[in-house]
Amino acid sequence: MDITTLKSKKSLIWWTVIFTIFILLIFLPFYTQGYAVVLLISILVYVILTLSWVMFSGSTGYMSLAPAAFFGVGIYTSALIGKVFPFPITVLVGGMASFILAILVGALTLRLKGIYFAIFTFGLVMLIAYSLLFFEIQVTGTRGRFVIVMDYNTIYFYMLGIFMLLLLTTYLIKNSKYGLALRSIGQEEDAAAHTGVNVVGVKVMTFAISAFFMGAVGSVMATKLTYIDPFIAFSTTYSFMPVAMAIFGGTGSLYGPIIGAAILTYLEEILITKFAEVYMLIFGAILVAAILYLPDGLVGFIQKIWRRLMERNHVDT
Amino acid sequence: MSILEGKGVTKYFGGLAAVSNVDFSVEKGEAFGLIGPNGAGKTTLFNLISAAYPVKSGIIRFKDKDITGLKPYKICRMGVARTFQIVKIFPDLPVFSNVLLGLHFGHSSGMSSAEKASLALEYLDFVGLTQVKMAPAKDLTLANQKRLEVARALATGPELLLLDEIMAGLNPTEVSQAMELVNRIREKGITIIMIEHVMKAIMNICQRIMVLHHGEKIAEGSPREIANSEKVIKVYLGEKAHATC
Repeated sequence: MDITTLKSKKSLIWWTVIFTIFILLIFLPFYTQGYAVVLLISILVYVILTLSWVMFSGSTGYMSLAPAAFFGVGIYTSALIGKVFPFPITVLVGGMASFILAILVGALTLRLKGIYFAIFTFGLVMLIAYSLLFFEIQVTGTRGRFVIVMDYNTIYFYMLGIFMLLLLTTYLIKNSKYGLALRSIGQEEDAAAHTGVNVVGVKVMTFAISAFFMGAVGSVMATKLTYIDPFIAFSTTYSFMPVAMAIFGGTGSLYGPIIGAAILTYLEEILITKFAEVYMLIFGAILVAAILYLPDGLVGFIQKIWRRLMERNHVDT
Repeated sequence: MSILEGKGVTKYFGGLAAVSNVDFSVEKGEAFGLIGPNGAGKTTLFNLISAAYPVKSGIIRFKDKDITGLKPYKICRMGVARTFQIVKIFPDLPVFSNVLLGLHFGHSSGMSSAEKASLALEYLDFVGLTQVKMAPAKDLTLANQKRLEVARALATGPELLLLDEIMAGLNPTEVSQAMELVNRIREKGITIIMIEHVMKAIMNICQRIMVLHHGEKIAEGSPREIANSEKVIKVYLGEKAHATC
């Protein structure tokens, strides 16, 4: 069997698996009740945030700690206009608000490299949260807002829709010439620029696309929170968790971040309910162990073992 | 007809004049050598031409168009490609993808992806890297990494190619292979500016040579004129024996 038929057979299997999973996910709310859907919503939120983070930071190597900023902008957009517009429009506006913010911030800061970029993006989260707080106290004289409420199934379907769109976008970028440009920027940015890549343009655009999905998922998440204030919406957890989940799962593949986010979210749920007092301690220890012993993430680790097994088989036969 | 022209090109690093008021003119189709002691400003001049740094004052014209102040990717797309003194390949990308990037972004022509892929293979064949096309670029030897940089630069379809010490660190066999490669690039009608410390190569390949010292141009002329210039011998070549080659 030559390599192309082998490849197409492999990708056919993959597509079948993905398709089956999506069918199962779509029909899931109709045969389970309550908790399963709530858990899946939590998982989907983090999967979307992590996958969006990997889209930009995974390939370019620019460590963004801005997810909470874009997520929060989505949440606040939903709180502000959710009662006025039909919900799909709200989600779109939430995404676009984050998209525009990312273009502004990106154009200003993507000249920064390494730790400076990370610190700035983290500062952005703080800046927006405290500015909003100042505005609410000084100008409007309120603290926080109530958001329109939706039932869990509707929230779930919105999240699933965003996830599918994100997966498709990531796949298309990865396999296009822009995916190649992103990887070249991550490996040797100067050389990329002198080979004709508009490095600032590619970086800002990808940063903004990833922000769009973070904002969109934020505006859906708002309806689950029901009440928000600046520190709920711009919680730094939403900046750090996607990074931790991406590293845990492995940034090298498309499914690494998804698996990482799913496992860690589930773990968090279990730890919170069973060991509420020490959950952060255990969670932290697991993360440290993952970073120390799984340098290429969980998926990288599994691939390594798989390869070793395959080699042994070859030797035996 | 001059393809690249510089007037009063100047660049300071702090108080140090790295390149100071340098005029130059490179003719279309020629091989133009750039020599001088370490720290003379040769690579800085390349960085100014390719816009890695902004110039402090002066003008650089490519094909009679002012290119000072343009972004590096624009200059690349106009037809000026370069290699780097310390190789800057994309280490984890396959050799083939390194070259493909140049075809995707260095060109504005509307080629199909199949055409680009076959052209990438052609360039790899041209520099002699067909055997290792799927290997990660970091696994290549230094000589091959330098060849890869040349292939990537050629893939952007340049009219002017800046070669920054592509022979440094190579053994004698590899040096003569590299010389042969440069000659084949010239036969394609591509103008070359090369920085090199290997005098044998510079003297054999280039029609004209410019000598920089402390950021200033101290001499310009044919290889014979440069080899016999008292000033150049004093600051750079060092002894008469070198100059006879």
